Amino acid sequence: MQATSRAFKENAGAALNDPRLQRALGNLRTGFQERRRAAVAGLPEFERLRDEGRAIKDHTLANLDWYLERWEANVRAAGGHVHWCRTAAEARDAILGICRAVGARSMTKGKSMIAEEIALNGFLAEHGIEPVETDLGEYIIQLRDEPPSHIIAPAIHLTRDDVEATFREHHDELPAGRPLAEPRQLTDEARAMLRRKFLAADVGLTGANFLVAETGSSIIVTNEGNGDLTQTLPKVHIVLASLEKVVPTLEDAATILRLLARSATGQEFSSYTTISTGPRRPEDLDGPEQYHVVLLDNGRSAMLGTEFQDMLRCIRCSACLNHCPVYSAVGGHAYGWVYPGPMGAVLTPGLIGVEEAGHLPNASTFCGRCESVCPMKIPLPKMMRHWRERQVERGLAPAVARWGIGLWAFLAARPALYGLAARLGAGLLGRLGRRRGRFGSLPLAGGWTDVRDLPAPEGGTFRDRWAARRRQGGR
Amino acid sequence: MSDPRAQILGSLRRALGREAPAADIAAGLERRLAEHPANLVPRRTDLPGAALIDLFVRMAEAVSTTVDRVPDAAAVPASVAEYLARHNLPTEIVMAPDPALDAIPWDSRPLLAITRGRAQGDDAASLTGAFAGIAETGTLMLLSGPGHPTTLNFLPDTHVVVLRASQVVGPYEEAWRRLRARADGGMPRTVNLVTGPSRTGDIELKIQLGAHGPRRLHIVLIDDAPRP
Repeated sequence: MQATSRAFKENAGAALNDPRLQRALGNLRTGFQERRRAAVAGLPEFERLRDEGRAIKDHTLANLDWYLERWEANVRAAGGHVHWCRTAAEARDAILGICRAVGARSMTKGKSMIAEEIALNGFLAEHGIEPVETDLGEYIIQLRDEPPSHIIAPAIHLTRDDVEATFREHHDELPAGRPLAEPRQLTDEARAMLRRKFLAADVGLTGANFLVAETGSSIIVTNEGNGDLTQTLPKVHIVLASLEKVVPTLEDAATILRLLARSATGQEFSSYTTISTGPRRPEDLDGPEQYHVVLLDNGRSAMLGTEFQDMLRCIRCSACLNHCPVYSAVGGHAYGWVYPGPMGAVLTPGLIGVEEAGHLPNASTFCGRCESVCPMKIPLPKMMRHWRERQVERGLAPAVARWGIGLWAFLAARPALYGLAARLGAGLLGRLGRRRGRFGSLPLAGGWTDVRDLPAPEGGTFRDRWAARRRQGGR
Repeated sequence: MSDPRAQILGSLRRALGREAPAADIAAGLERRLAEHPANLVPRRTDLPGAALIDLFVRMAEAVSTTVDRVPDAAAVPASVAEYLARHNLPTEIVMAPDPALDAIPWDSRPLLAITRGRAQGDDAASLTGAFAGIAETGTLMLLSGPGHPTTLNFLPDTHVVVLRASQVVGPYEEAWRRLRARADGGMPRTVNLVTGPSRTGDIELKIQLGAHGPRRLHIVLIDDAPRP
């Protein structure tokens, strides 16, 4: 997908002024935050499981080459194939090659953020293969030709009315007067439309929540059952997975599964957790004849061993999005690429470059809620700060910001000069703003004053007042 | 240019600042896979037999699975027939070709029209066994195989599962232990952990049952072996 992360400020401004989007985003609090809180409260061991989950991932990352080789050997032993791909282009070609080998004309898809990352749908369509999204949210946005705005609730930016209008427009073979006002009716209509597609597809593609080294398995976690129909009915099952998804054993997967659903939707466990190992066995009555895993790097190995390595622990639960005041205000599309919210603010510069996505690590209040709810204890704010440092090192920060910070750093290292400058500044602003007590606009401070007034200083600087108070024996 | 596999492994090793793991490290990793030690297991399932079964039922019902407890296999056909009647469902049901299900006296309910095989797109109801029930979250563990086609778990609107109380385990780790101890060894193509009927929250985060998989999940639980 074409990144528009450079336009984050404009995107965010438009999002804030979009009343329909704001109404849709209002569902985040009850839909995600409260459900997660209840689920976490229901498992006394949750905090300790977070520590264990982090340790499992850290251990695996420290031995990632070994675990991937072992996982691959076990995939092959079970009759599956592994395709190692360095880039999005290699992954697209590998998928197309598998499809062409069986003469595929249509592909059903379970929800996969990596498929978004490699822009698979447009590529398949260009090559004569119809991609069919089967997750309800993904299906809705595919009809609308929009990208997902959330990593587990891709259509969260839409209201029920939007979905009804979309279905009426695209399902034009159905009676125009049919009742379609209720989520129940919308869900049933999508179920009926997609059932035919499931049965007709030649290839099914899913993502993976985990790869298990011990058994050579892939694991998907879904609620709708679309991922299972996707991988059970067609002749070929393709798993599209990035290389940090591997865990050592089924026990390790169980530990992280206990964190995943609770952090994501606030469920104890998702409806369907499916462990897949190889193609159908000779005596089986159903299941795919071929099992392929397209294993994608696409910039992840370059994060290993750097200050961004911790991001490779991410299990894509979306808790950081759901609790982020910035995401809650602007939604996912404003971020301009596949991964929004705090995890996107860290991951996106790593995958498409800080030149392209430099706004994202700056789109944070640093309130720290993302890190506090992250099941893998990823220090997201710290890593956003690392990206800001890289921006400054590479001269990517805006000139005004660089000069401003440079000037501040010069003064901060000289306390006497700093005190003088602060006194002059506060005095000047205090005199200029004496009449109204606040400023509606100030040069170089439009980012602040465009949306709120800046109070005019009253009295001396903090340091002066602190010193005076000390002299009077106050505390 | 070397192949992508070698390049990816090479860049991982460069990032980790070493070649392939040293022999003693690799031996430790081998051991971890061979012994697959359990991590922290929540205490929720530390319960005596009967209470564990009750926990399984409670957790299953909390996710909209329905459960009918029956005293023995002879009571299963009537339970299934009554369930279908209660929901105004047709009496045709496609059943897994599972020898353990054949042992149930289906002839006692001749009106149940049972066919055996995999599911097709228009089958209304299916009936399968299960490998285990996991009390921790009210989860069914279903293994694919000649006696349990996976399509039965997902295509029909209604999925009825016959489970024995002796198949109920506490945490996932106990289910993995039983999986590894199976006579035929190795992983089946698919292990389906099923926790309630299909659901979606994709429209305004309002939960709807029956997105693509079954709208109803019903367990007939045979109280065969009350443990101490």
